[in-house]
Amino acid sequence: MVPHYPTKRSALVPTLLYAQDEIGFLSDQVIAELASRLDLTELEVRNVISYYSMLTVEPRGKFVVQVCTNISCMVRGAEEILHHCAKRLGIGHKQTTADGLFTLEEVECIGACSWAPAVQVNYDFHENLTTEKIDSILDEYKKKAMQ
Amino acid sequence: MADLVSHPDEVRVVSRRFGMGATNLDRYLELDGYKAVQKALAMEPDAIVNEVKNSGLRGRGGAGFSTGMKWSFVPKQSAKPKYVLCNGDESEPGTCKDRLIFEHDPHAVIEGVMIGALAVGARSGYIYIRGEYRYLSVIMQKAIRDAYARGFIGKNIFGSGRDIDIYWHGGAGAYEVGEESALMESLEGKRGIPRIRPPFPAVVGLWGGPTVINNAETLANVPHIILGGGDWYAKLGTPKNGGTRLFCLSGNIAKPGVYELPMGYNLKKMIYEVGGGIPNARTLKAVVPGGSSCPCLTAEEIDVAMDFDSVQKAGSMLGSGGVVIVDDEQCIVKFALRTMKFYQHESCGWCIPCREGTDWLKKTLIRFHAGGGVKKDIDNMQYLSENMLGRTFCPLGDAAAMPMIAFVKKFRKEFEDHLEGMPCPFKKEGAAEPVLA
Repeated sequence: MVPHYPTKRSALVPTLLYAQDEIGFLSDQVIAELASRLDLTELEVRNVISYYSMLTVEPRGKFVVQVCTNISCMVRGAEEILHHCAKRLGIGHKQTTADGLFTLEEVECIGACSWAPAVQVNYDFHENLTTEKIDSILDEYKKKAMQ
Repeated sequence: MADLVSHPDEVRVVSRRFGMGATNLDRYLELDGYKAVQKALAMEPDAIVNEVKNSGLRGRGGAGFSTGMKWSFVPKQSAKPKYVLCNGDESEPGTCKDRLIFEHDPHAVIEGVMIGALAVGARSGYIYIRGEYRYLSVIMQKAIRDAYARGFIGKNIFGSGRDIDIYWHGGAGAYEVGEESALMESLEGKRGIPRIRPPFPAVVGLWGGPTVINNAETLANVPHIILGGGDWYAKLGTPKNGGTRLFCLSGNIAKPGVYELPMGYNLKKMIYEVGGGIPNARTLKAVVPGGSSCPCLTAEEIDVAMDFDSVQKAGSMLGSGGVVIVDDEQCIVKFALRTMKFYQHESCGWCIPCREGTDWLKKTLIRFHAGGGVKKDIDNMQYLSENMLGRTFCPLGDAAAMPMIAFVKKFRKEFEDHLEGMPCPFKKEGAAEPVLA
């Protein structure tokens, strides 16, 4: 990505996200590697990581269930969806199931307002949800992990 | 992926290729694709700018500034390279329109960026897409690759001797980055904190070069303006508000969806005819007319033309086109709380009035909604918001303060109903408590 920009540093944010997608979180090793490749200090890289809500230095589950509870989703029952997920998975906000499969997160608007309530699992959108629908979606992911 | 809707009152300009397979380059070419940029190549840069000025196209990101005017601020001569930056960091709650443009018509955005580049004399354009929209980045990357493969972008485009490069760039989750100067910081690989202006981006922008920053919907309109003419486009809307707009209807409405309607379309008609009214035999309580930063309108205030000037006259803003409909079953205090929680979460912390203000508003509202409020809180919330207005480098502080003031002013009774000891009057038996992560 570096050749796309006049400065190396510009590649930092998308590169961090790609690295995170590969290994699940931004480890010390990844941070050190990217810092050296982009001629930055590790502190500069960490500074950027802490700003963006999608970047994380903590390991997470295989599937990150991100429930939007912002206004458009909220008035269409998003809180119920979030509580349902929490109950079903037995975890709270930013927690991960013991089997390492699921992390639950309450997130800000994901741009699915006209198809609310909506959840993003990793990068996949699931929209017009009901508690029944989210049940079968979570089942699907669980099945996927078993394969 | 996202469902499309339609209504007879729609006027399809920017959405005319939705659902028609235009992500495929050949299909896009059949649908008049890349004709506008070829026409623009034969035009003088000033003529392009004038055409866009005449069209009355105003920024679709929320501010509603004249696009042609913005382009005309870029200096003709510049020692540093000039850039066109497409803002696709769509994150204003209630807004989901750029998503459809990227999903269905990515080449229109590319073409818009190219025409912008020709108008201001830039040879590079960047299309910034929010990190959560990964599937759209994939679509956009393919579109860029296909266009390069045909020689539509890159060196000597369409044999004109002109070079234009277009790049895709992805974010990683930050509402604040939708603000133009924070967007540039983010693209430069930094934390997305706003820059002090002046200098304005048109003079000192990306990597120090003059930069034009436009919303994705704005740029996607440009090829249609070049082909159809500024006069044609202007006439679709109302005076000084050219064209159409993608309105994202969401919330308590029978037929939510993204509809392309002429500028100045009546809001009441939009809710009751286009959107099918309020479902479940409920009645309308409030409407947020242009994304969460716009002051709400009450049910009595919705007989308004949806263009920038009319909505402003009605005491709110047309904003980003996110129309959030709220029925009488919803609690405004809770709605305000969720809105303030958002701004508190997204405040970058750079300016103290915004960082502290959003935090105090959120904390006060949590206590207030839970039944621990005192009468003084109501005035305090208003006073606090009024003191945030205009006191921050970027509009995020205002974006939190303006809706908060409207909630208190227009729904004071609901705040009073929550006073000390009273449980939330809208809480249903056994319903989930608000979640406040």
